[in-house]
Amino acid sequence: MRTTFPRLLLEHAAQRPQAAAMREKEYGIWQTTTWHDMAELVGHLAGGLHQLGLQRGEHLIVVGANRPSLYATMLAAQSLGAIPVPLYQDAVAAECVFPINNAEVRFAVVEDQEQVDKMLEIREQCPQLKHILFDDPRGLRNYDEPGLAGLEEVVAAGKVFASEHPDFFREEVEKAQPDDVAAMFFTSGTTGNPKGVVHTHFTLLNRAEVGAKFDKLTAAEEVLAYLPPAWIGQNIFSYAQWLACGYVVNCPESSGTVSIDLKEIGPTYYFAPPRVFEGLLTSVMIRMEDAGTIKRKMFHAFMDVARKVGPALMDGKTVGLGDRLLYALGNMLVYGPLRNTLGFSRVRVAYTAGEAIGPDLFSFYRSIGINLKQLYGSTETAVFVCLQPDHEVRADTVGVPCEGVEIKLADNGEILVKSPGLLKEYYKNAKATEEVLSADGWYHTSDAGFIDASGHLKIIDRVKDVGRIKGGANDGAMFAPKYVENKLKFFSHIKEAVAYGDGREKVCVMINIDFDAVGNWAERRNLPYAGYTDLAQKPEVYELIKDCVEKVNADLSRDALLAGSQISRFLVLHKELDADDGELTRTNKVRRGFIGEKYAVLIDALYGGKVEQFIETQVKFEDGRTGKVSATLRLMDAKTFDAVKQAA
Amino acid sequence: MAQKKVGDVILDVQNISLRFGGVKALTDISFNVKEHEIRAIIGPNGAGKSSMLNCINGVYSPQEGSITFRGQTFKHMNSRQVAEMGIARTFQNLALFKGMSVIDNIMTGRNLRIKSNILLQALRLGPAEREETAHREKVEHIIDFLEIQAYRKTPVGQLPYGLQKRVDLGRALAMEPQVLLLDEPMAGMNVEEKQDMCRFILDVNDEFGTTIVLIEHDMGVVMDISDRVVVLDYGKKIGDGPPDEVRNNEEVIRAYLGTSH
Repeated sequence: MRTTFPRLLLEHAAQRPQAAAMREKEYGIWQTTTWHDMAELVGHLAGGLHQLGLQRGEHLIVVGANRPSLYATMLAAQSLGAIPVPLYQDAVAAECVFPINNAEVRFAVVEDQEQVDKMLEIREQCPQLKHILFDDPRGLRNYDEPGLAGLEEVVAAGKVFASEHPDFFREEVEKAQPDDVAAMFFTSGTTGNPKGVVHTHFTLLNRAEVGAKFDKLTAAEEVLAYLPPAWIGQNIFSYAQWLACGYVVNCPESSGTVSIDLKEIGPTYYFAPPRVFEGLLTSVMIRMEDAGTIKRKMFHAFMDVARKVGPALMDGKTVGLGDRLLYALGNMLVYGPLRNTLGFSRVRVAYTAGEAIGPDLFSFYRSIGINLKQLYGSTETAVFVCLQPDHEVRADTVGVPCEGVEIKLADNGEILVKSPGLLKEYYKNAKATEEVLSADGWYHTSDAGFIDASGHLKIIDRVKDVGRIKGGANDGAMFAPKYVENKLKFFSHIKEAVAYGDGREKVCVMINIDFDAVGNWAERRNLPYAGYTDLAQKPEVYELIKDCVEKVNADLSRDALLAGSQISRFLVLHKELDADDGELTRTNKVRRGFIGEKYAVLIDALYGGKVEQFIETQVKFEDGRTGKVSATLRLMDAKTFDAVKQAA
Repeated sequence: MAQKKVGDVILDVQNISLRFGGVKALTDISFNVKEHEIRAIIGPNGAGKSSMLNCINGVYSPQEGSITFRGQTFKHMNSRQVAEMGIARTFQNLALFKGMSVIDNIMTGRNLRIKSNILLQALRLGPAEREETAHREKVEHIIDFLEIQAYRKTPVGQLPYGLQKRVDLGRALAMEPQVLLLDEPMAGMNVEEKQDMCRFILDVNDEFGTTIVLIEHDMGVVMDISDRVVVLDYGKKIGDGPPDEVRNNEEVIRAYLGTSH
């Protein structure tokens, strides 16, 4: 599709002006914006921004939750040839300084008082930041800062401008070319400063179109926009594909109401990271345990049927009549109501990506009739590199290369990708760009993997994290930390895990328990606990986790490549790893290096054979203040198993 | 930031004395409240702060003294009259309808403004339906303001304490009051919850211009957000003025604030 986002907007507004473009739940009711209204708003906003001096090619940051005005801002900027740069709304003020200065940003469009305060806080460090425009005026009445203005004002001024210059908007839109830069996304790098990933209208729309064709998306889709706009996935699902297909994007009322709004909308096309699906399954299981006997028996009986029959039905394989009838009955009594409660009644296609997903989790959703599939991609590839076709869905692969994508493997196992959707460059960072984009157009994903017999891509781990065990019984064996961590996280009791073992004799793991799941488990055993730290230190919980660890070891012992990655020792952390403390990225990926330094005393204790270790850590509260949390942690051994030779 | 405009005296309490048999809850208390200000009433437990609020509100009838509101003087206040005049309050121990949802609880605050009679409401006939929608819109604005959208349909009894207090505030706000009497709105809250509550109180004062009379024990909060403070001790007034003045008042320090040794 060789066109631009603003042109697509105008096309939809011309062809289907009264059709719903976006909905926002406000004051308890869903308020619709039609394509015509959206185009008008964008036109006025563009006029207003033009009057404030927004230049072609200039960057404009956008910070806030998903709201029609945020999307309108991005479109308005693109109409003028400016480049929207969305930032994470839960970032601390200091985290915004680098992107703003790196992109020499003069315009910031933010959602509310909280974001305005952040911008004002860093204004000294970002002297070129001239205009701070806000959407929600609550709390800002008495603010008297230069350059601070409400979006409403800007739109009103733009309306006047539009009446005086009726052709301005269209003329500006016509100037944009498909290969012009359309947006920039800063990757929440696990190391060093974030890098600005530059994408053009074409790279984003090409991938959006390929994805839409693959899953036969139409203008009738309903999508819930609840993930951070700064994340490329959210941009593809709710912006690029929205404009490419012309479907409806629904914005929830607040982050607390997402699950309620999900049920009300009943999206047809849905994406969530694996931990959201895990969390849903955990809450379903917990609530089932509270249910009456009949319901519980019914649930477990029909879930057994689903497990046997469901995936086969979803994959289109032949299933016997008796099983079909039983499944249909289950659908009426259990799976249907369950899908409804989760909000998935109308889901045709649901994707997950970003982390490995547990096989049990995966088959649970597929068995109750939710077409959950995996995909593979990144910010640099505008998401769609590999997709799983409807009838070839498996838990341990990420799919087949999609249209336009070529994949090859480097000598060290790194996956290389060639695709029309690759980033143009890293902004102002030629060196980094050269490192990942070779002269002949191959992108280095820094993921290690291989293509299996059926043509599906399997991911092992980040290339730089794949290590080797040194010394001891498993000397030379491959160690893939993420692989091990994911296997642990497949258990509902374990929320996060960090594994170490490269260059060491054995593998040691630090674990975060899942508070909801383990809390519930403890309550059923009449085990009282005072809070997260207290629960994490209970000997019974340690035994529970030890059990999980040993199950993972047994599983690993059967793996052809990674039998040497079994876990010898582990501990349970006293506090949850948190992005605010720098331990996770804003997309909740562990920063192994940083954690290794911060918790060095624990890692040394694990490898040193100690049975307990005191630790005091600094934590950062959401408002930026710091505090300390300390505990004496128990360190435990886990049983490992001899590698089992697989039949060739 | 632009300075707040505090107006003239809107509520004047004159020589109020309240006795329960031999117990002198309040003795000759006089102070006033200016429009748009945040007036704090502080003092040790049992000083008579809640009793004072109850006198203004019409729950107790003082034996002596009078209260003047917007030029009208009363010897005793009548609860309903007080509500109709535009004075709303929250309660120290909450007085919510635990079985009803959040939205229904806040709707009850609209009670005085609902005009249609019970028959029309029961049958949901035209005017009653339209009226309910209009009131519902107002209530939704309050829910949005207090950020409790996720709990709209939840029975209030199931909510944590901090949220129940917010609903209590919401119900008082539903009356669109000119004066808001808050009885220990932050009791039992942790730091984060207190910050949220402070923000709401300040926003109410700022956005709607509501005059606020606030009973509170957290000195940090009182000193930070109030314009003037009244200090009570054993039913007597021992201090009255801006926070800094009261903070340095010897008698107040001795009775309530304490000194570091």
